[in-house]
Amino acid sequence: MLSSPTVRTSLVFLAIALVGLLFADIAITASNPWRDLGNFFLGILTPNFFSSEGLLTALLRTVAFAFVGVALGSIAGFLLALVYRFLPVRMFCAFVRAIHELFWALIFLQFFGFHPLTGVLAIAIPYAGIFAKVYSEILEEADPEPGRALPPGTGNISAFLYTRIPDCWVKMRTYTAYRLECGLRSSAILGFVGLPTLGFYLEASFSQGLYSDAGAMLILFYVLIATMPLWVRPKLLPVYILGAPFFLGEGLPIVWGNVQRFFTEDIVPAPLRNGEGLAGLTPWLNDLMINEAMPGIWNTIVLTQIALVATGILSLLAFPLISNHFGGPIRRNAGHVALVIARSTPEYILAYILLQLWGPSMLPAVVALALHNGGIIGHLIGRQTNSIKLRPDAASGLNRYGWELVPRVYRSFLAFLFYRWEIIMRETAILGILGIYTLGFYVDSAIQNIRFDRAMVLILVTALLNIGVDTLGRYIRRKLALQTMPTC
Amino acid sequence: MALNLIRKLMVSSLFCVTAATASAETFVFTAIPDEDETKLVERFRGVADYLSEQLDVEVRYIPVKSYAAAVSAFRNNQVQLAWFGGLSGVQARRLVPGSEAIAQGVEDEAFETYFIANTNTAIKPADKLSDLEAPLKGKTFTFGSKGSTSGRLMPEFYVRDTFNSKPEDFFSRVGFSGNHTRTLRLVEAGTYDVGALNFQVWEKELGDGNIDTDAVQVIWKTPAYPDYQWTIRGDVNDRFGEGFKQRVTEALLNLDNPELLESFPRSGFIPANNDDYEPIRKTAEEIGILD
Repeated sequence: MLSSPTVRTSLVFLAIALVGLLFADIAITASNPWRDLGNFFLGILTPNFFSSEGLLTALLRTVAFAFVGVALGSIAGFLLALVYRFLPVRMFCAFVRAIHELFWALIFLQFFGFHPLTGVLAIAIPYAGIFAKVYSEILEEADPEPGRALPPGTGNISAFLYTRIPDCWVKMRTYTAYRLECGLRSSAILGFVGLPTLGFYLEASFSQGLYSDAGAMLILFYVLIATMPLWVRPKLLPVYILGAPFFLGEGLPIVWGNVQRFFTEDIVPAPLRNGEGLAGLTPWLNDLMINEAMPGIWNTIVLTQIALVATGILSLLAFPLISNHFGGPIRRNAGHVALVIARSTPEYILAYILLQLWGPSMLPAVVALALHNGGIIGHLIGRQTNSIKLRPDAASGLNRYGWELVPRVYRSFLAFLFYRWEIIMRETAILGILGIYTLGFYVDSAIQNIRFDRAMVLILVTALLNIGVDTLGRYIRRKLALQTMPTC
Repeated sequence: MALNLIRKLMVSSLFCVTAATASAETFVFTAIPDEDETKLVERFRGVADYLSEQLDVEVRYIPVKSYAAAVSAFRNNQVQLAWFGGLSGVQARRLVPGSEAIAQGVEDEAFETYFIANTNTAIKPADKLSDLEAPLKGKTFTFGSKGSTSGRLMPEFYVRDTFNSKPEDFFSRVGFSGNHTRTLRLVEAGTYDVGALNFQVWEKELGDGNIDTDAVQVIWKTPAYPDYQWTIRGDVNDRFGEGFKQRVTEALLNLDNPELLESFPRSGFIPANNDDYEPIRKTAEEIGILD
């Protein structure tokens, strides 16, 4: 077994995570965490749907921001996909998608303020980077045969529209629809930094221990996502997309002078702004790197590696819940509900909830990341096992799990896991805003102290770290010859 | 089909940019989110109604999620007036030349921070912080918001000054609860051993019977310092008419609705000016929060 490269890779990652555990801050500091957890579940069972007059509006805004953001992102992404073969375009896309929606929102908040554009761009920009990559992959895989059948002299645009697009259309549509679901999650968490979406009210209810109010919001959010196939219809899409911009709320008017000030003053490193020149820049940068970037990077990596392995273990444990090869329909349906809830809840919200309940440490973050990502991967490989036909005399129970199914899905399991590596790291960084000492903590501190120059350097560091992990993840997937489809 | 959809998307994106409008003559204010949101919204809607009546313009309060967001909104002229803490006020006035502190609460001239501890820690109250060095060492500790004066700046200053070390070195774990009410709840629940909070929030919650005094107690009180104040932008007269700043100041100083004052909680508002907050600026520079 050890001769298998996939097993060896898994063991290396397991070892890294175990070493990481030695350095990680894992603790439950709340004195009565189970009582709070109990209160929380009681809140979900006794939801109060009439807590806030703004709840329905918030839900509407959540949908509106998601639609406008994803629509703009997909248009921009499509255009970028057409020129994706150029290295600068690829680098640009990798860069914008390496920065989390919440970081984008925090940046735009500084000069657009509470204008709808802040939320729309915070979703559209990173999504454009992701769309560009995925669309270009889809376009590349298109069958070249129809193109060859065209008469000579056919224009490039006609050829593209009539031979490439028809072949890719279904895949692109499926992916875009899937991305809309991600957009709803992104839109909801933007509320945590002050935009008028669901997260705004969720944070307010949670921090005050109003669990019934928070429970109602979570339930509404799950219903919204679970019923997407019912209300997101191709025929209705134009209506939604045309209508959505009118439901973003008024916000506050943009003062354009602020935009200029942000780029020409705020983000210029303090020593340069104060005329100390390059001589002052080195100590400034050193201080920032040693006291903030380094500890931030270290904690981000430690947490990411632990969360990655925890996600892997949880996915492997979770997929039998929905697999046809185990249990009856009742257990499978319950399994589906559990996994839908796990994967529909954004990591940020899960981590926020667990931090409130268990107190601050890396533990809530690990559990949140593992639950969300494990829910996604467990769902995908569980579904995959359903297409496996077992021999009539195949082993049952644990033997079926360990010797039949796991080996068969292990490669695609690893492919998903390494695909999500970069996503987990991006989330890990952002969870710092909640008070775990990852890069996001230092970014948030810099912003709280109105030092946008420092914040921008730290965001840049975060982006580079993500690009590094993304590259490494792709290298490992290529090395192990693992193939996967994109997830978010 | 594809083109059709793309065209529709383009049209709608144009709408998105133009759809957002807000009337220019609304006087907008905000406040630092130092307490539970429901309380803030209740309190400041009352203030908005009062100001609107007194000033004869439309007045709107917008809630924000962080101290920095309040400062940024003020700096970006999306709000023209704000109820700031000592530190956020100093930050805001540095960023907006011409802006002025116009009124503070009666209690804000001599504000205090209370250090509170969960009773399980068995820490006894003391008059001098230095007497608490041994019992406090290695405990877990929470500030309020990162940008708070009473919840972060002053307690951090006294910890550094008294124990000659950074909070994160002196305590075994240092957190930022987000606001004063949450600091109180977290220490009460034992999530943190010790915390520091705004003394007015403590006294009000105590008076309302919302504190389990068997679980949490005050162990030390800081010396007095200046804190909260109303700060207004320097350019409001250009926008809302001559003498507008003066009218806002008078309206705030004349606010005598007991229910509204109680919600702050302040017994009234008195004049203030930028120089009152020099001690806060110096302290912030000393511990490196301000450049």
